[in-house]
Amino acid sequence: MSAIEGIARTNYAYLDEQTKRMIRRAILKAIAIPGYQVPFASREMPMPYGWGTGGVQVTAAIIGPQDRLKVIDQGADDTTNAVSIRAFFEKVAQVTVTTHTREATIIQTRHRIPEAPLGEGQVLVYQVPIPEPLRFLEPRETETRMMHALEEYGLMHVKLYEDIARNGHIATTYAYPVQVAGRYVMDPSPIPKFDNPKMDRSPALQLFGAGREKRIYAVPPFTEVKSLDFEDHPFTIQHFDKPCALCGSTHSYLDEVVLDDRGGRMFVCSDTDFCEERREAGHVGELGVPA
Amino acid sequence: MNAEQPLLKVSNLSRFYGGRIGCLDVSFDLWPGEVLAIVGESGSGKTTLLNCVSSRLQAQAGRVEYRMRDGRLRALSDMGEAERRFLMRTDWGFVHQNPADGLRMTVSAGANVGERLMAVGARNYGQIRDTAVDWLERVEINTDRVDDPPRAFSGGMRQRLQIARNLVTAPRLVFMDEPTGGLDVSVQARLLDLLRGLVSDLGLAVILVTHDLAVARLLSHRMMVMKDGRVIEAGLTDRVLDDPREPYTQLLVSSILQV
Ligand SMILES: Nc1ncnc2c1ncn2[C@@H]1O[C@H](COP(=O)(O)OP(=O)(O)OP(=O)(O)O)[C@@H](O)[C@H]1O
Ligand SMILES: [Mg+2]
Repeated sequence: MSAIEGIARTNYAYLDEQTKRMIRRAILKAIAIPGYQVPFASREMPMPYGWGTGGVQVTAAIIGPQDRLKVIDQGADDTTNAVSIRAFFEKVAQVTVTTHTREATIIQTRHRIPEAPLGEGQVLVYQVPIPEPLRFLEPRETETRMMHALEEYGLMHVKLYEDIARNGHIATTYAYPVQVAGRYVMDPSPIPKFDNPKMDRSPALQLFGAGREKRIYAVPPFTEVKSLDFEDHPFTIQHFDKPCALCGSTHSYLDEVVLDDRGGRMFVCSDTDFCEERREAGHVGELGVPA
Repeated sequence: MNAEQPLLKVSNLSRFYGGRIGCLDVSFDLWPGEVLAIVGESGSGKTTLLNCVSSRLQAQAGRVEYRMRDGRLRALSDMGEAERRFLMRTDWGFVHQNPADGLRMTVSAGANVGERLMAVGARNYGQIRDTAVDWLERVEINTDRVDDPPRAFSGGMRQRLQIARNLVTAPRLVFMDEPTGGLDVSVQARLLDLLRGLVSDLGLAVILVTHDLAVARLLSHRMMVMKDGRVIEAGLTDRVLDDPREPYTQLLVSSILQV
């Protein structure tokens, strides 16, 4: 990547110090008001919107040479997007990178929360495409801001009601809305609802960056995060009929993998680091081979 | 509710659009369960007045006071934004001429009716849906349409759905701007019948804007005639229509009767 060679000569972690300070102020404000979307002056990054420019800017503002960075895309460390973001920070911030959840101090993620429980001192940075959970039913920005300000969240339940009316159950499985610290309703980004309970009272700091929409929001450590629901249709997470075909895990989020063109398929952990760790520890699934 | 005391007090309300008058120095009281029609020709200020009274539009002068459920009379301007919005979606209703302005066209009829309930904290899907079905019945919409979006409804059905959506929280005051405006005559007649029944069953107070004197005759107890932003004549509906005092009202009434 020759573009990155040029960038490396500019400034530590790519962004100039003034921009980083501006983003840090937004992050501090976001932490002070859990779940509240703080506007910030999103900068152009050397990658297109939709590639996690919001998350990259947040990471750039908080990273230091002593950090160990992990980047995942849908749970995997080895997808193009994750690899290039990792390479970017290796270059511009001279950080150690890792694929191990437990070793990382900063984990930038698109669409998943790692299976291994996060601990104090870790920071999870989410890439967010659409930060506004009310957008679906209320396109007017002035109106959604007012609704947040006045805590008028009836509309969120209209969305869930509609889901049940159409499908017989709450069919929202990704970006499932949550209420943070009993106050702001927040879009957790397109993580599967399987991951929602992990946000609740997590010891890690959770930061959310939306580049195109210029918003940062946060869930401070040990903060209550509640998934919205109805009394007679309570929130539940996805369950899988089979264990992971590679490591035999029965309590992780699984992706379906097509094996051949005759309809053969298997279900494997979406969190590749978690799956590998289990296999190294001797767990073997139906189609797996001992490590 | 003390029926001896007005529900709403409007004093010297004025609204200008730049140099042009929207409505000027309008005062009236509205009593619980009373239907007040505002009539007048196009551009006379009916909608402006209705929107100022219902605080959808800011008046430049004057005062609107409302008797809250606890019996206290409160000036709308003294309320915070949160309290005013809460009042507007619980104790008040607003029926727009164009149902698309008052409905969420992309969500089901049930969700449209249920929205106000969810806004005040209802969290039981089954109960919300049952209440919605109940209300569809009351406004004569086939209950098997509860999961259909209003996009799939006729104009008359949409208007009845808009009414149900407003009434589900048992408001005491409903504002209506030409509620039968866009409908053809037979559909209009059915809607008027329905409205008349609901208003008297529920003891609703209504402020109804219409340029159709027949609608005012059928629904209202009292009426105000507007011209150039001012109220030029007010009184019991039968009196105003049968014995208009102002030459302008006489003209208005006679032109209708000639049709
Ligand atoms: N947004 C606006 N900007 C400028 N002038 C306005 C605006 N709205 C209304 N007016 C003017 O204010 C006056 C009163 O208008 P309003 O809409 O209240 O009348 P109306 O009685 O409701 O008429 P109609 O029967 O046609 O609905 C008119 O002269 C109108 O042109
Ligand atoms: Mg009008």
